Amino acid sequence: MAEARNTYRDGPDDQGHFGLFGGRYVAETLMPLILEVERAYDAARADPSYAQELESFLTTYAGRPSPLYFAERLTERFGGAKVYFKRDELNHTGSHKINNCLGQILLAKRMGKTRIIAETGAGQHGVATATVCARFGLECVVYMGAKDIERQKPNVFRMNLLGADVRAVEKGSATLKEAMNEALRDWVANVDDTYYLIGTAAGPHPYPTMVRDFQSVIGEEVREQMDAVEGRLPDTLVACIGGGSNAIGLFHPFLDDSDVRLIGVEAAGKGIDTGEHAASISGGNPGVLHGNRTFLLQEDGGQIRDAHSISAGLDYPGIGPEHAWLHLQGRVDYVSATDEEALAAFQLCSKLEGIIPALEPSHALSYVGKIAPELPADHLIVINLCGRGDKDVFTVADALGTEVGAGS
Amino acid sequence: MSALVAESRLTRRFEKLKEKNRAALVTFITANDPDPALFRQLLEGLPTAGADIIELGMPFSDPMADGPSVQLSSQRALQAGVSIDDVLGAVADMREWEMDTPVILMGYYNPIYRYGPAEFSEAAANAGVDGVIIVDLPPEEAEELNQHLRANNLHMIFLAAPTTDETRLPRVLDHASGFVYYVAVKGVTGTKSADVSEVSARVAAMRKQTDLPIGVGFGIRTAAQAAEMARFADAVVVGSAIVDIITDGIDKDRRPQPGLAARVLDFVKDLANGVQTARLGGDNETSVKTSTGAGA
Repeated sequence: MAEARNTYRDGPDDQGHFGLFGGRYVAETLMPLILEVERAYDAARADPSYAQELESFLTTYAGRPSPLYFAERLTERFGGAKVYFKRDELNHTGSHKINNCLGQILLAKRMGKTRIIAETGAGQHGVATATVCARFGLECVVYMGAKDIERQKPNVFRMNLLGADVRAVEKGSATLKEAMNEALRDWVANVDDTYYLIGTAAGPHPYPTMVRDFQSVIGEEVREQMDAVEGRLPDTLVACIGGGSNAIGLFHPFLDDSDVRLIGVEAAGKGIDTGEHAASISGGNPGVLHGNRTFLLQEDGGQIRDAHSISAGLDYPGIGPEHAWLHLQGRVDYVSATDEEALAAFQLCSKLEGIIPALEPSHALSYVGKIAPELPADHLIVINLCGRGDKDVFTVADALGTEVGAGS
Repeated sequence: MSALVAESRLTRRFEKLKEKNRAALVTFITANDPDPALFRQLLEGLPTAGADIIELGMPFSDPMADGPSVQLSSQRALQAGVSIDDVLGAVADMREWEMDTPVILMGYYNPIYRYGPAEFSEAAANAGVDGVIIVDLPPEEAEELNQHLRANNLHMIFLAAPTTDETRLPRVLDHASGFVYYVAVKGVTGTKSADVSEVSARVAAMRKQTDLPIGVGFGIRTAAQAAEMARFADAVVVGSAIVDIITDGIDKDRRPQPGLAARVLDFVKDLANGVQTARLGGDNETSVKTSTGAGA
């Protein structure tokens, strides 16, 4: 068992390690660039004008702070704990991804880069990246698995409208894992002018730290907002986890508040027992992929397995390294929800709250539906509603056996 | 952190070739691509065809530093089925009849990490492997494996890239063992052509900082290109161009056409001829020819 710590917020070490996890496992061609990104980020962090500029864009462009909303009818339905939503789906571009993209695009500008590449699963990060590239006049190439392009058509069209070049990746499972491989290959081949804008809290150091820092605005706001409404800290925070950027953003400011329970919900797909899932912690082992050591879905021989989730944003065989570390420390509980459970929560939230959530946070909501009834009425739960569900209507219609646009 | 592998099959081969004033030809193929039978046939034929050093790819599901040629080849090998033990088994069998040609394994870290760095190093040494190149283990992360490689007298070969600047190069060279592998292009394997004058300037600059042999790879596709590099480099690595012959010579069920092995080995003979004659005659007999105006 892990020893008691004074703080869970002091990672990573100067080599980018969170205990066993994290690090910089990249080809030599990329090492000098990764080091350059780290130096540039350190310099930006020390520069008050950078923070001011970011803050201004977060407020006037992204629409922060996002509200903390009391989900009264869901609370009634569950009949236990008080359920709040952190409304990050109300951000510009419809998810939490914009928080990180604004931070990194300002960094890329400081570094003098003119071309931005990104990977995307659900298309939320791709849309956010295309958006900031349009805003700052930078060339944008987004790699996306062919299967994801098929199931997230509205987001592909949005990226095209924003001027991004969306490149389909046909290899392997044709999802987020392959998109990330392809983005890394692009970066190796275009090192001089290109900045890789990673969307999740994974990849080589300093990305997991950088993305966490940019997303921590979520948790910091929750802290203030909950204090304003209830006069105290929340009791439980729940977030869905693919790579884990929205979850680490919500959790990190609360890591040292030992009374606050933190729960990450992975995608169990068709069920952990079926092998068709995307739950790296519940169903994986430590390994090295995409620049970091973390929990991965893999065969005994170390080949990476394809993930499965109805939610394209969670369909990834790994998880951010800080989550892997927090799991071993026992500070965060990692659980899972199936495709079917997420679909049910998606519909319930739409009908009871008038909010169509993305399939990703529907996983978190589904888990809250399990624990809230058992908790007392003064127990405060916050779910990070990290994305809106417009992009998922086709997928959900398909899963429910109805046709969109058939004029019913 | 300097190279502790004093003497090996690999150092002996470089010594020998230095005496003959010629570069080594390093040929890359992926283990069990497209199937175990053809792979074994190639392995058997490579030393005679003129491969001075054999580099074997250990397939990985996510070869991030490789272009389409090696990606396809890894995929075929994984479809045919291949484990680290299969690769080591093939090397051990080869060592029954071929004791002088060094074998280097190239791969990504995760399969080795799962196998266990200590267990892998011991098994590789027992099989008769001479060194490894692990693409996603830069010096910063390499010690976890390298301590066990050193203990088993195996070389860990590091890459230096066009992006590896003056401040970083000493760090790479400090860890290097066997030879330094200079990546001739900014890019993944098999996608761009290397610029000879740029590469020769970089190699000349590196020679001032290391006594290790310097190999050049990525973007070398023909016997003529190999010969150009062989004038100044100590080793020339050809991979994607060889693998492409396999890609073109199989049907959609990965079955090799008759004569495929011979075609691959004929190409290796061409490459070997280019490399072996590169420094003969003409005005190129010095081992290092610095290009003009490239400004190392």
